[in-house]
Amino acid sequence: MQKIGVFVCWCGSNIAATVDVQAVSDTLAKEPGVVYATNYQYMCSESGQNLIKDAIKQYGLTGVVICSCSPRMHEATFRKAVASVGLNPYMLEVANIREQCSWIHKDKALATEKAITLGRAAIAKVQLNAPLQAGESPVVKRALVIGGGIAGIQTALDIAEAGFEVDIVEKQPTIGGKMAQIDKTFPTLDCAACILTPKMVECSQNDKVHIYSYSEVTSVKGFVGNFTVSIKKKARYVAENKCTGCGECTTKCPMKNVPNEFNLGLDNRRAIYIPFAQAVPKVATIDPNYCNMLKNGKCGLCAKVCTAGAIDYKQQDQVIEERYGAIVVATGYNPIKLDKFEEFDYSLSKDVVTSLELERLMNAAGPTGGTLLRPSDGTHPHTIVFVQCVGSRDTSGCGKPYCSKICCMYTAKHAMLIREKYPDTEVYVFYIDVRTPGKNFDEFYRRAVEQYGVHYIKGMVGKVAPRADGKIMVQASDLLANEQLHIEADMVVLAAAIEPDKSARPLATMLTASMDTNDFFTEAHPKLRPVESPTAGIFLSGVCQGPKDIPETVSQASAAAAKVIGLLVTAKLTTNPCVAHCNELMCNGCSSCERVCPYGAITYVEKEFRMPDRTTQLRRVASVNPAVCQGCGACTVACPSGAMDLNGFSNSQIMAEVDAICQK
Amino acid sequence: MQGMMIARAKELLQNGTVNRVLGWQTGEFVYDITPAVFETAEELDEKFVYNAFCGNNLSKYLVKETKKDGKILVFLKPCDTYSFNQLLTEHRFDREKVYAIGIPCDGKTSGEMVKSKGLSGITGIDEDGDNITVHTIYEDKTFNRDEILEERCRTCKSKKHVAYDELIGEDGEVLDSHRFDMVAKLEAMTPDERFAFWRSQLSKCIRCNACRNVCPACTCEKCVFDNPASGIAQKAAADSFEENMFHIIRAFHVAGRCTDCGECSRVCPQNIPLHLLNRKFIKDIDELYGDYQAGAEVGSRAPLVNYTAEDVEPSIVYHREGK
Repeated sequence: MQKIGVFVCWCGSNIAATVDVQAVSDTLAKEPGVVYATNYQYMCSESGQNLIKDAIKQYGLTGVVICSCSPRMHEATFRKAVASVGLNPYMLEVANIREQCSWIHKDKALATEKAITLGRAAIAKVQLNAPLQAGESPVVKRALVIGGGIAGIQTALDIAEAGFEVDIVEKQPTIGGKMAQIDKTFPTLDCAACILTPKMVECSQNDKVHIYSYSEVTSVKGFVGNFTVSIKKKARYVAENKCTGCGECTTKCPMKNVPNEFNLGLDNRRAIYIPFAQAVPKVATIDPNYCNMLKNGKCGLCAKVCTAGAIDYKQQDQVIEERYGAIVVATGYNPIKLDKFEEFDYSLSKDVVTSLELERLMNAAGPTGGTLLRPSDGTHPHTIVFVQCVGSRDTSGCGKPYCSKICCMYTAKHAMLIREKYPDTEVYVFYIDVRTPGKNFDEFYRRAVEQYGVHYIKGMVGKVAPRADGKIMVQASDLLANEQLHIEADMVVLAAAIEPDKSARPLATMLTASMDTNDFFTEAHPKLRPVESPTAGIFLSGVCQGPKDIPETVSQASAAAAKVIGLLVTAKLTTNPCVAHCNELMCNGCSSCERVCPYGAITYVEKEFRMPDRTTQLRRVASVNPAVCQGCGACTVACPSGAMDLNGFSNSQIMAEVDAICQK
Repeated sequence: MQGMMIARAKELLQNGTVNRVLGWQTGEFVYDITPAVFETAEELDEKFVYNAFCGNNLSKYLVKETKKDGKILVFLKPCDTYSFNQLLTEHRFDREKVYAIGIPCDGKTSGEMVKSKGLSGITGIDEDGDNITVHTIYEDKTFNRDEILEERCRTCKSKKHVAYDELIGEDGEVLDSHRFDMVAKLEAMTPDERFAFWRSQLSKCIRCNACRNVCPACTCEKCVFDNPASGIAQKAAADSFEENMFHIIRAFHVAGRCTDCGECSRVCPQNIPLHLLNRKFIKDIDELYGDYQAGAEVGSRAPLVNYTAEDVEPSIVYHREGK
């Protein structure tokens, strides 16, 4: 029988206001095995911890139950405390009576009863706890950054600066991401390329940074400090080490009508292309969907004009396996598809564009050379209507429930730049609210309204209808003046909501990193650990974690880098002893556990077993690699014979908890 | 058919392909069919039978039989081949040690079924097309096949052999036999009605363990119900309600692995329709994760015991509202 101490925390009033902590400690004191029970205002404080330590010494406790906040919050704190007085840290259990009780209930009597039940379950579990010893594992001194936008670039550069090797995996042929497509940046209006491209070049020149462009992560195995990642380098049909980026092939290729995705399809490129002049790596890529040579073996012109002999039509996808100590997710965002917003006629009129398309139309390196022209007929627009919140803050189900955060500012920027360059243009902005918190942000917006005379109108656009004469009729309501407006516009610009890149969801599964319902990665703690995923060794950088602008992205990127560096300088990590193990005498070798294991931790061995009458039998039994096992427990429930069990969460412990909860 | 099977078995014994034959023989009564291992041509001639009473699924016996030396010949009806594959998927026997012959099956009856038609003193059974003739000491009575087939055969899922080394006779097709109709009826009940239905059925259980012992999915080295450390063994014997849980726990244990061979219901001395529990799981799996037939191929991954990167979140499965 264990000698158990129960410590009930008030958490100030967080628990004590809804749960009668005195009643909880009094009742639990009578449970079998409990030799001491008390309650205290802040159990995690130094004096609270001392209370636990003293009790362990005074009563010779062999097990400790803390009734407090979630174990995710303070389990480590309490384990350290009990270990400091010689108790095995795994002889401690936390009953979560805050998140799972006091915070979600109002009725004090019922909440108290539930807290007692939860405490009773933890006591029942501790009765069956056994001391566990954590092992140690080394840290691979190399980091992986997934995504080569400004977030990934900044994180990689910061990690490299601390002296660690870092790889960037970017699925496009060049790093740079969305920022490379943007014309100018708010609120300073400096040119995006001028501040981004030097960083891109730095990446390519820094010998600690390795760029895998046109590549994707295909599998992730392992755990913090020791990930093994497979990276698929897609065939670009051009030898990266030979191509000089001269661009000769991209001017000679006869396939001229390939939509140019860098310019969002506003102009065309060739089948062999370099996305933009400042691309890093500056290497051509052949688009296999359009290249005649790859499709039907006819052409070969690029190979003829390439003096470097870099074209290789036989190039194959290549899978590289590399080991990393830490992984940073920087997968970024995309504007949402607008097919659910028929009222704006985006698909019908070329002159209804998204804000990102407008960036290209205003960019000196864009399809119009920086002159704002209507995509339909190349004329100067004289009336431009901006529509805010297209799919943002949308509860109808067509768009996204969240605020995309960057649209108010970039729309003010667009409006201002247009009025600056083309003062004869009338600019209308329809908004729900204008949200411009941030350093120098509101001043920026006010400048657009007050100095540049942009017409900000509170209200939504109801209908956009292109007319035969090329004008676009915009019907909208002005909520402040309480009137309907009909504007004859030349262009309409839609501030489409942003959403996480589609590659994020499958990546999250590979990384076993959690996501919210909008596919943004969740943080380990929204306030205190904002750049870490709850999965150890996975860090978050940029919009993959939530909408943010460039300055915020860069701060978060550097913060993620700091966390990665902190991990990589660690000599050894403590491993989790709560891993699965197999009772070979009961194992059937049926493979159920191996099939549900997300980590590939289970293999099979043929073992000889003693049978009756001095015979032996060779049987196939499961074997768990404790270094790879993450203790998720999937195998223990899949095992039909109960041969698989999990240290610290054994089948019998869980049954004991259930029994304790069910008993009245 | 019986003659062809015996002839072929003798050949394979003689040319050394196999050293044993797994088949059927009669027990005390002609309808008491028992799986049996034959080692000589004489034994085959004397005891081997194959008739409309031979419902027993022989695949599970391979788990023990393949532990012995030499190769064994097994005769498999179409539905038995699914269990055969499922056992291979679970690495329960060595395929190299088995020579499998697929044999046709037009559905089986049972002693009880025949007796329920008012016959007694049964001495034999013959099949001829759609007719089944039962011989008794008093009379010969001919039935239309559908009249006296067992329920599991009337809702037969497949006449197609999914595993064999050779076939005797023609192979059939996978059938659409409305096997989930009864499950749908149970689903349509109110929870109280359903509870009452299962209570009335499961309370008949005498815990003879026949269902478990015959089930091809129950081949654990040590069954959880026989393992005091599992925390289940004593529970399931504690009181009449807990005892009902035995069947529920068993259904969970074989979920996704059950091929719906129906042996559990066939052997139940209390006539509990146990296969309906398993069919409910199969129906739910089909509806929530897409059609899946355990044992249709070796190595297939049952949705419930398979991790892939494409696995959907539980909330999505929940929204599909399996009916």
